[in-house]
Amino acid sequence: MHSVRRAWTASGRFLWDFLGGDTPEVPITTAAVVLIAYTLHRHQVAAVVALPAIGIAGLSISVLRARRSTSRPY
Amino acid sequence: MALGARGHRRGAGALGVLTAAVGAPLAHYLPIDALRATVGALLLLMGISWSRKAILRAAGKLAKHDEDAIFARTVGELGARDRVARGWDGVAFAGAFKGVMLEGFEVVLIVISLGLRSRRLGLAVIAAVSAILIVAGLGVVLARQLSEVPENSLKTVVGVMLVSFGTFWIGEGAGVHWPGTDLSLPALIAIFAATTAALVGGLKRESRQDQPKQPANS
Repeated sequence: MHSVRRAWTASGRFLWDFLGGDTPEVPITTAAVVLIAYTLHRHQVAAVVALPAIGIAGLSISVLRARRSTSRPY
Repeated sequence: MALGARGHRRGAGALGVLTAAVGAPLAHYLPIDALRATVGALLLLMGISWSRKAILRAAGKLAKHDEDAIFARTVGELGARDRVARGWDGVAFAGAFKGVMLEGFEVVLIVISLGLRSRRLGLAVIAAVSAILIVAGLGVVLARQLSEVPENSLKTVVGVMLVSFGTFWIGEGAGVHWPGTDLSLPALIAIFAATTAALVGGLKRESRQDQPKQPANS
């Protein structure tokens, strides 16, 4: 049971690291795009404008948040 | 090195089992719209991450990704551990396994997405396998020349494509009718490419302004 819990926790951490990690704005943006898509799917024009707009906003926020970090080897 | 190769093989095997066990049944039994939205969300996640890093690197805010340096450093670190001769090296195995799983997972997602989009999953799989064989062959023949291709430019393009396709599929999965259906894709690609260029330009301007001005020679 203990090893199952450890494996489950490790998988969860790996998945979070892979999907979000230290940039929570990335999964938040994705969730927002999905949510807005399902909310606005009956309002075509609003959805067509809002979906790329949220993507642009999320990408911009993510980049601007990281812009002050020092250049480091990757 | 042998453990690294074993990790690669196990990773490829696990990915194959995962794709056969989950990918194909998903494509057949899950509602196609839900699957499109899910795959779109995963593409958008990866696309934003790729674009973010590519923009920061293009603007000089993050060091450029140097595959040769990373390979040399990893080999050095693994060699320093001096475990290979004594048998099991979990780090080498995990590194190879994780690398194959992550990169392979992205390829599988893209293949399933394209296959579902055209409703020809088999054709997408054949195209992907052909691409892998061609790229591997080119890699063997042109390894040195390929290392000089501007990697960050390629990653920027891929990031823009992933964000555009992700946004498009999330919309399609949710029932949004894009104007001109597939013709919306080039428009989305243009919008996200312009955003990427604007962010890179803005960050470069900011970097120039932050640099201390040189005193004029009198």
